[in-house]
Amino acid sequence: MAAVEIPRDEQAFLEYVKSGGQVETTDPIPEDYRAKLIKFIEMHGNSELMGVLPEREWILRAPTLQRKLALTAKVQDEVGHAQLIYRVVEDLGKPREQCLADLVDGKAKFHNVFHYPTKTWGDVGVIAWLVDAAAIISQKALLKCSYAPYARIMKKICWEESFHILHGRDVILAMVTGTPEQFELVQEALDRWWGPLMQFHGNPIPKDEDPMYLWRIKSQGNEEARQQFLDGYVPQIRELGLTVPDPRLRKRDDGVWEYTEPDWAELKHVVTGHGPKTEERLAFRRRFLEQEQWVRDAVLAA
Amino acid sequence: MNEQALLGLADDELVLGWRDSEWTGIAPMLEEDVAFSSIAQNEIGHARAVYELIVGPEGDADALAFDRALSEYHCAPLVELHLLEWAHTIARRWLYEVADEIRITALKDDSDPAVAGLAAKIDREEAYHRMHAEMWHERLRDEPRFQKAVEELWPYALGILPAELRGELVARVGHADVDAIERETHTDELAPLWEEMTMVRRSAPAGAQW
Amino acid sequence: MSQPVWEVFRKERRGQPFEHAGSVVAPDADFAEAWAREQYGRRGESVALWLVPRDAIRDVEDWADEFDLKYRRVDGYSIKARLKEARERAGTAGPG
Repeated sequence: MAAVEIPRDEQAFLEYVKSGGQVETTDPIPEDYRAKLIKFIEMHGNSELMGVLPEREWILRAPTLQRKLALTAKVQDEVGHAQLIYRVVEDLGKPREQCLADLVDGKAKFHNVFHYPTKTWGDVGVIAWLVDAAAIISQKALLKCSYAPYARIMKKICWEESFHILHGRDVILAMVTGTPEQFELVQEALDRWWGPLMQFHGNPIPKDEDPMYLWRIKSQGNEEARQQFLDGYVPQIRELGLTVPDPRLRKRDDGVWEYTEPDWAELKHVVTGHGPKTEERLAFRRRFLEQEQWVRDAVLAA
Repeated sequence: MNEQALLGLADDELVLGWRDSEWTGIAPMLEEDVAFSSIAQNEIGHARAVYELIVGPEGDADALAFDRALSEYHCAPLVELHLLEWAHTIARRWLYEVADEIRITALKDDSDPAVAGLAAKIDREEAYHRMHAEMWHERLRDEPRFQKAVEELWPYALGILPAELRGELVARVGHADVDAIERETHTDELAPLWEEMTMVRRSAPAGAQW
Repeated sequence: MSQPVWEVFRKERRGQPFEHAGSVVAPDADFAEAWAREQYGRRGESVALWLVPRDAIRDVEDWADEFDLKYRRVDGYSIKARLKEARERAGTAGPG
């Protein structure tokens, strides 16, 4: 049987990936596809790495040994994901050092949720339960990515993320069945995180106008992902006696969720580097990147 | 081993695990970040196992770990130091592993079979920590900043062990026998660590579930 | 690429083959081992690993297929029609 011929013509390549075709590192791919792929995957890696910072403060403050271990393991996974992801980007042609330099210089993006502060242990639960849930929906839509190396690491990533949601739910359940003050901690955290959660999957650009969908980098449109999140998690939130802070949120008879339109300008403002914690976190990362350069020089310089 | 010495071991592992977990997300390379985090988790795991041994099956290991007053902790000064710089961190890891191996080896012969058994389990997991520390030690031994860090931390390392075991540490590390920085006085770095470590727990009444 | 890449193969359970799992960037086999152990084993997901420097791997990707060598492949055999005929002759053909 002849090997699969990857089409050289961009239109034919588009048809190829649209019908489920995949490519490997050594296959010829259109420049536009390569560029979009790098940008998308790099943003994912950056997000995993930046997501560590809001959570690591709480490792140090975890109120039981078990929670400390579970949270450390969760954050460790995020770093591990960053490693997997940057390796894929590197094999596509952009070195890890360049990705990290662009990140700390504010030249590269990462997801909105990691630009916000964490204020209480309630945030720890909400992030592990709901932010990770929103992320896992996006990540499942990458399992059939046309770029096979990325699709393959998504399998490991999704498997590890499932532990995070369990942990998050457990943290939340302990608090909502604890003292009234602990319940309030969760509600208050939910009130603050709902806005960013609703923005997480991106503005509702139609699938057939979304290059990521057309190139089959992801297999789901933004609005579809958001609807899936609401469908799965609003009932879970409400059954605990928590209130979703959107009075307009309701599920229509046709199954579609209606909600207050998220502030898309705010989303754009935040992901372009103007979130409440962006500067501080990038500076923190830059500080350690610079401080430990000598280690990389000592170890990796052959 | 008496209970205070056992608590000293557990507190060393708890505080060092706490310090090592500060590197989560900011280690020099991502692969090391992941590996280092496992070591930190193992240390906390060892602390937990020893606390559980001390409190018994009906006891509350978290209460023992977190609800004591500052002066009731028995950790050694070496683990309290805030060393968010890689040469010092690895120097501490390496010195601690050599000292701890001596301590754990002695503990494997403890008259209490539960203690001896736990020491054997810890020892088997520590084998990987030693490999890791030795690997970094090999790679950095000629780096001036690493050598300087080992020099600075050496008196503290001696303080990990009771006097009768220090000779062995001197022999293994090859540094001069100097005065140890002893376990009984805490550094002023422990108080802020304790503050942060217990702030969430103290925010709820004792016995609140988390 | 300037950095030394090590390919990681993992065996999930005893009796299973090694499968390619990913790669780590490491200066030597000791570092590659220390790091791959955790990245591919901390959750008990592997019972064994093989670590191979990327340039030790020889990549083989194409075969000649100029002549119709159907006899070497499963799709080269079409027995349905003849089997039907044989069954009819033997009177063992089932309904429909």
